[in-house]
Formats: sequence, C-alpha cells, structure tokens
Amino acid sequence: MSTAILPPRPPTPTVPVASVATADGGPGDSHVAQTGVWIGIGTITMSFAALTSALVVRQSGAPDWQHLHLPALLYVNTLVLLASSLTLESARRRLSPLGLHVTVALGLLFVVGQVLAWRQLIAQQQLLASGPSSAFFYVFTALHAAHVLGGVGGLLYVQRRLAAGVLALSTYKAAALYWHFMAVLWLYLLALLTIRG
Amino acid sequence: MTHVAVAQSFLRRQVFSVDHKVIGRQYLDLALVAVFTGMLLSWLMRFHLGWPETPVPGLGKLAPTGAAGGVITPEYYLALMTMHGTIMIFFVLTTAPFAGFGNFLLPLQVGAEDMAFPRINMMSFWVTLLAFLVLLTAFFVGDGPPLSGWTAYAPLSAVGEDAGPGQGAGQTLWAISIAIFCVAQLLGALNFIATTLDLRTKGMSLARLPFATWAWLITAVIALVAFAVLLPACILLILDRVAGTSFFIPGGLVISDRLQPHAGGSPLLWQHLFWFFGHPEVYIAILPGFGVVSQILPVFARKPLLGPRVFITCLIAIAFLSYTVWGHHMFLSGMNPFSATLFSVPTLVITIPAAIITLLWIGTIYGARLRLTSASLFALGFVSVFVTGGLSGFFLAQPSTDIYLHGTYFVVAHFHFVMGVAAMFGIFAGTYFWFPKLFGRMMNETLGKWHFWLTFIGVYSIFMPMHYLGLAGNVRRYSAFTDDYLQPLIPLHRFITVAALFTGAVQLLFLFNLMRSRLRGPKAPNNPWEATTLEWSTSSPPPHDNFGGRRAVVTHGPNEYGVTGPGGRDYLMQAESQ
Amino acid sequence: MGKFFAAVVTLIALASAAIFALHIWWLPPDISTHGSRIDRQLNETMIVAGILFVAAQLALATFVWRSGGARGPIKTFPGGATPMVVLATVLVGIEILVLTFVGSKVWAGVYQTPAAPGSLQIEVQAEQFAFYFRYAGADGRFGGMHPELMNDATENFFGLDPANDTTARDDIVVGSLVIPVNQPIELRLHAKDVNHSLYVPELRIQQDIVPGMVIPLHFTATQTGKYELVCTQLCGLGHYSMRAYVDVKSPADFMQWLKEQSPAL
Repeated sequence: MSTAILPPRPPTPTVPVASVATADGGPGDSHVAQTGVWIGIGTITMSFAALTSALVVRQSGAPDWQHLHLPALLYVNTLVLLASSLTLESARRRLSPLGLHVTVALGLLFVVGQVLAWRQLIAQQQLLASGPSSAFFYVFTALHAAHVLGGVGGLLYVQRRLAAGVLALSTYKAAALYWHFMAVLWLYLLALLTIRG
Repeated sequence: MTHVAVAQSFLRRQVFSVDHKVIGRQYLDLALVAVFTGMLLSWLMRFHLGWPETPVPGLGKLAPTGAAGGVITPEYYLALMTMHGTIMIFFVLTTAPFAGFGNFLLPLQVGAEDMAFPRINMMSFWVTLLAFLVLLTAFFVGDGPPLSGWTAYAPLSAVGEDAGPGQGAGQTLWAISIAIFCVAQLLGALNFIATTLDLRTKGMSLARLPFATWAWLITAVIALVAFAVLLPACILLILDRVAGTSFFIPGGLVISDRLQPHAGGSPLLWQHLFWFFGHPEVYIAILPGFGVVSQILPVFARKPLLGPRVFITCLIAIAFLSYTVWGHHMFLSGMNPFSATLFSVPTLVITIPAAIITLLWIGTIYGARLRLTSASLFALGFVSVFVTGGLSGFFLAQPSTDIYLHGTYFVVAHFHFVMGVAAMFGIFAGTYFWFPKLFGRMMNETLGKWHFWLTFIGVYSIFMPMHYLGLAGNVRRYSAFTDDYLQPLIPLHRFITVAALFTGAVQLLFLFNLMRSRLRGPKAPNNPWEATTLEWSTSSPPPHDNFGGRRAVVTHGPNEYGVTGPGGRDYLMQAESQ
Repeated sequence: MGKFFAAVVTLIALASAAIFALHIWWLPPDISTHGSRIDRQLNETMIVAGILFVAAQLALATFVWRSGGARGPIKTFPGGATPMVVLATVLVGIEILVLTFVGSKVWAGVYQTPAAPGSLQIEVQAEQFAFYFRYAGADGRFGGMHPELMNDATENFFGLDPANDTTARDDIVVGSLVIPVNQPIELRLHAKDVNHSLYVPELRIQQDIVPGMVIPLHFTATQTGKYELVCTQLCGLGHYSMRAYVDVKSPADFMQWLKEQSPAL
C-alpha cells in the first residue's frame, strides 16, 4: 500500500498536566472524550430504560410477582459509591493521586459489597430463576456492576496517564463524568427495585 | 530479527490496524463473505421450494442430518431461512452500508485524520467478526442452526430443545452472537457520532457536511438507541434459555408432551423489545443508501441535489418517526386492537418524508446532463426499487388490509424490495463509486453495466411475483406447499426459483470484477468522477493520515455542481483553495 | 443508455401493474360478512398505490430518457424543491387521511366490536403442528383446561378432566372447524406450546395465537363449502404442514353433525 510514501505525521498533541489545568479547551485539548462519554451515557440510559419497561410489562401481566426484600447491605454499598464520587471530585480538582487511589478502592469495594449482597440473597434461596423480581434484581445489579468495573478500568487509565504526566484534563473530566453517572444510575436502580421490585 | 519486525508491522498495519480505512475495508470484506454465504442459503431455499424432492448435489455431505442424500428436510429449510435472514440483516445490511462505507469515508468526508476513538473502532470490527463466527458455529453444533427466524419469537426461541431441532445449542449461539453484535455496533456508532461532532476540519460546518455523512450520522444515532434495546433483550432471552428464568415464557406450556418449568412470562414482551429495535433496523439498513444515492446522483447528473436542506430535514424526521411505528409488525399479535390504529398513523406518516426524498431524486435527474456509469445506474435503480418497495408498504401499514396480507409472501416481497434490494443497490452504487478511493484502482465499467442490467431485471423477476403470491394467500416460511389452494401457485414459485438462481449467478460477475480490479484495475486518479467532497481531494487510496500531513480547509458545500469553477470545471471542490 | 434504462423501467412498471390490474393472481372469493369491506379497502389502496407506482416509475424513466448523455445547460426543476414537498405532502397526506379514516372503521368492525350475542362459541387449541376445536356440548358449558393433563398420546389436547369435571364430559373435540353458515361464530384461541396463527384466506381472518393468552376472534361465514385453515406464525419444523379444514354447513347439516359427534352418555 501507499504507507511507504507517508509524509511525517504531525506529533499528537499531548499537553502535560500542569499546563492543562490552565489550558482547558485550548489547542490540543479536544472534548472528544467527553463527547464519547455523553454518548455512552445516552446508550446506557436507553438500555436500562428498556429493562425498566420490560420490568413494568412483566410485572403488570404476571400473577407470580412477589416483592423482593432488598438486603440492607445495599444501602451501605450506596454510601460507598456516593463517597467514591466525592473523593474523585476532590482528587480531580486538586490533581491528587491519593484521592484517585481511594476512589478506585471504593469502587472495587462497592462491587465486592454487591457480590456479598447476592450471597445473602442466595442464602435466603432467592436465586435468579426463583421468580421474576429476583431475576430482574440480579440482571439490574449485575449489569450495573459490570459498568462500574468498566469505570474502574477508566480510572486506572487516568491514573497511569497522570503518573506519566500526559493526561489531558478533558479526559479526566470525561472519566469523572462517567463515574458520577454510575452513582446516579445506581440511585435510580435502587429506587426502582425498592418501589417496584 | 528484521524479518520478524516487518511481519509485526504488517499485522499492525493491515490486520490489527486502528486506521479507519483498513477497518472500513475489513468490514466490507466481512460483508462480502457474509453476503455470498447468505445468497448461497437463499439458493438452497429457492431450489427446495421449486423442486422439493430433487437432491442438491453435494449437500448431503455438507449437512448429513439436515439434508441426507441432498434433499432438504423441513427443519433444515427453516434453519437455512433463519440463518439467511440473520446473516443478511445483521452482517450484510448493517455492516456494509453503515459500518463498512461509513468507517472508510466518514473521517475522510469531514476532513479528520481518523475516527475519534481508533482503538474502540478496531475493537468494533473484531467483535463483529467474533459475532459472525459464533453465528456460523451454529451450523456445526448438535442439531444444527436454530429455526425460529431472524425475529426469534419467544417462546419458540426461548424454551430450548423441546421445541425442535436447532432450538438447543444453535438457538443459544444465535442469541449470543446477536448480543455480541449489538456491543460491536454500539462501539461503532459511538465513534461515528463523536467523530462527526468533534473532528470536523476547519470550515466544515454542519451545513457543509456531505449528504452521505449526514446519513451515517443519523443512522448512528438510530443504531445507538436500537442496539441499546436489543442487547438487554438478548440477555433476557439467553437467561430464559440457560438460567431457567421466565421473562418471555408463560406458565402452563406443554411442549413435546412435557409441562415446561416456567411461569408468568410474556411472549409479547419479546416482540415489543425486538420490534422496537427491528423497525429502526430497517432504517439502519436503508438510510446510508439514501445518503449514498443523494451524494452520487448529483455527481453524475452534473447538477446539485434538489432541496438539500429538505433532504436532511426528511432524514431527521424519518429517524424520529422510526421509533413510533414498531407496533405495525404486531397488528395481529394479540396486543390491544386499539393500539393498532395508533401505530398505523405514524407508519403511514413516515411515507411523507420518504416520498419527498424520492421526488427530490427524480427532480434532480430532470434537466441534468446525466452520465450513465455503473455507479449512477445502480443509484437510479435504487430509486426505482425503493419506490416499488415503499408503495407495497401502504398495504401492510393498514391494520385492515394487513389482516389478509400479514404472514404471506406479500410481506416477503415488500421488505426484500425496500430494505434488501434497495440497500444492496445502494451498496453496489457505493462500491462502483468509491472503489477507486478504496483500492486506488478503477473497476471495469463494461462488466459493471452488465451486472446492473441483469441484476435489475433479475430482482424484479424474483420479488415482483411474490406480491402476486401474497395476494393469492401464499403463506411465508413454509418449506413445502402441500395445501390444496397453494398447489396452483407452484409454477410461479418455480419461475421465481429460476430467476433467483440466475440473479445469484450474475453476482459472480460482480465478484470477479471486484477481485480482478483490486489486483489489476487501471490506476485511479484522485478524482475520477469529478466530485466535490473531501475524499476526492486526496490521493487514491489516501495516505495513512488521510491528507498527507496537511489539513483540508473547507470553503464550499458539497452540492456545488453545475457552476463555473476554476479551469472551466463545472463544479467546486469543498476544499477548493488547495 | 439512458433511453434503454427508460425503456426497461417502463416495461417493468407496466407489465407489473397489468398483472395486478388483470387479477391474474388474486384473492380467493370472500365468504364472510366483514370481508367485502377489507376487499374494498385493499382495492382502493391498490388503485392509489398502482397510480403512484406507475407515475413515479414513468417520471423516473422520462427524466432519464431526456437527460441521459445530454450536453446542453442544466435546468433546475420548475419551482425547485417546493413542488416536491407540496406534492408529496398533499397527495400522500390526503391518502393517509382517507385510508386511516376508512380503514380504521374496517379494522374496528372486525377487532373492536364484541361478537354478536348468541354467537356460537368454539374453543381452539393450537399446538405443534395441529389445530383442535372444541364445542361445549349439550350443557352449553366448556370444561376447564388443565395443562398438566394435556397429552397428545392420550388425545387429551385441551387437558380436560372428565373424571372430576362434569362440564367437560360432553365437550366435543374434533380436528376440523365445522360451522353453520350465516351464524355468527366466536373463536377463543389458545396455544399450548409456542406462537401460532390462524388464517383462512376465504374468510378474511388471520390472528396470532399466543401461549398464555386467550384471544377472541369472531366472524360469520356466508357460503357453505370446505376451506383450508393454515398456520401463519413460524412454530417449528412442521409449520408448513399445520392446517385444518373449515367445513361450513347448512344449519340443518350442522345440527345433524353435532348430534353425531356427541358422546353417548
């Protein structure tokens, strides 16, 4: 192919963190990561909206719906996830690596907490196939946890770029946006599962 | 040492490449494999419908259970049909016009170096390929491929192997494949939107976006919403199949004299979720064709597209309306009959923007200096088959006439014309038009024109008679016509079979042209068709960074034909100043 | 080349339309009270769609004929895009209004009105790959259905329990839909396993049958004779062979048939 006669490629503009803090929106600091996250948020919202409508339809026509008593541990997990949003926000504003480590740890703690909540339900014989309410509970929480783990992956990427001094501030903003969305989505799911589940 | 290094860099550049052009070509190659696979399946189906007792040479060896001695069994017929529909709709009509051409051309047309997220883009292709391989695996497992159609209606698709051969592992693989495919297309659509919004070059305002890019952008938005719904639906289906849940399976089912261990699920829930995706999917397949035709017609008519703003407004209207019409697939499904009218009205209303767009194309040809090439012939053919397919939609959009025609060959005729043939004509037009840019060589025009004429007459011979079959009440998805009232229709089925075998064979002409031109075609100049858009401002094929280290600066819209340009040209390039 | 294209398109359009217009393949004669309205709606749609089809194809052909290979100055369509928008909106818009207004009445007449009082009630069980029909018998009452008793081997297609359920004892279960002419019929559709659909072209009825739901469908046949009833929803490998006969009898013949079928008690 024509790759042999390539002209030299212009260097990819990556601005070191220190200057990025003031050069937000300046040359080389594209908003593309944030655009991507916004589109992702739209998609995830749509998927969970579809599942919500599935829940409503399934519940309305079924004689076999039994209300699921949510494990109290979920409320502790909620606090953990909300706390992680706060630590991330403060870490991002101060560019503090420690705050970022704490956020990642809290995120993982949340997922571990969700797994423990599942184990409690399993111990009460509330399995995936036990009934529609428990089935929806596992589907919602598992999909949400998978998305949280994706967010942890994003934060680890941010961590690495930050340590190397090549992180664009907008990328950080995008990762934080996604992380806060995970918290908002979880609050919605918790409310849905409490009221309708 | 050096040898190894070269090998790695070849892999990086041509196989695991993050270059949108390589990824676009990979998507197109995948679609090419898929389309010939799907066509082969349709050949077998058509042959069986014409001559059910005659063995197909060699098939007995390939499918010893499904076609022992070469004679296709009823279950194997349904498996062929299911795989034909699935392969064509997902791996041809979504991958070629949207993911394939869109990937190659969208960054070029907006003047970007690459997609916004090149690695995600690469992942999108490889995940699509994985989905395709998972689907093909269904041919080789247990009792063979699934037989519940590309719509996979529950509970047939959900209850497992009690429901018939292929409903075990085959159907599970189908659901997994489609779920994977959803992920791939979501990643792709994300890139399309972000690239168009954020990476447009200097001067490329939204008003100056080429029509094809507009179409890909709008298609990406539709895809994002549609696949975001199909994905969870597939997950629920998989859980019903493997984890014993009852999302779509009601209680009290007795299949093969066994009471099924499920309760409370809703078969209509699957249909609602599926068609909420399924109808917009029709537009995912056809809107890129709209864009391609709107971009190609002005090039060969040597005059601007009539009403460019009207065109884009209509595209957006179609995108919105496409989410309000899914219930027209379900008039007779047992849903509340009052909602039938609610779904019928937007379905009929959506014909208005579609009709306007068609008239804009016809009006563009009026008073043109039309150059008839393979590309423009296929674009004109697109207009013809789209009109035909669109009008038969009138009958199916009305609940009252749908009572008679639902479930007959009239539906098969309708959707093959409007989303199958029309979309394929868009793909053909795009291939002949952009081949020079894709591969740096020209295709053979004589072969291309023969391909057009024979295909055009061929598709009308195949699909027009299916309307007549439908009017006579011929039910679709039957592997044989044993009912008394269907017997007199068998000669017409044989005619269709002959036409299908012939038209399929004509496609080998296209394949030959494609392969030979790729290797031996004459070198293509930068702008062989005298077109305006940015991809024609760079070399054929474009260098790795698309514009050779320079930045295209856009000074004109894409529609500047029939003007007085520099050097006596009758058009103005979008990046004229270069 | 442009002229050749125009000729091919014209030929295809006229030939296709002629075959529709001459009714070379067409609907079988209607034998129901509601069917004539469906046929009229279909005919009107056919005329409008036919005119639009021929007009659009001929316009395409004419313009390609005239502009193919033309060398003179280009001409813009008179009035630009506006006439196109107006034409499409007005023509299609009026068509939509008419079709919806008339068509929704036709639909409502079939699907949104209850069955006439005194309709003959018949239960339908659809299963892979057969239809069964049940009449209430002398007591005028249907026995209850029990999925756990449904069994093809014992021919208990409806899951009846005659041992404990007196109303089930005189129920008549047959493999053909036998009905009296000119009497309103109400079917109650059940599916035992997967989705099916009941289609009788001559009766202009088609309705999906969904497991877990009981879907009513009513009609009146106007001519005696034997007609085919087929499944139109993909239900598995035997889908193509899933059918039954509709036997429309005179009232006297029907009563006679019913008497013959009644189990001796």
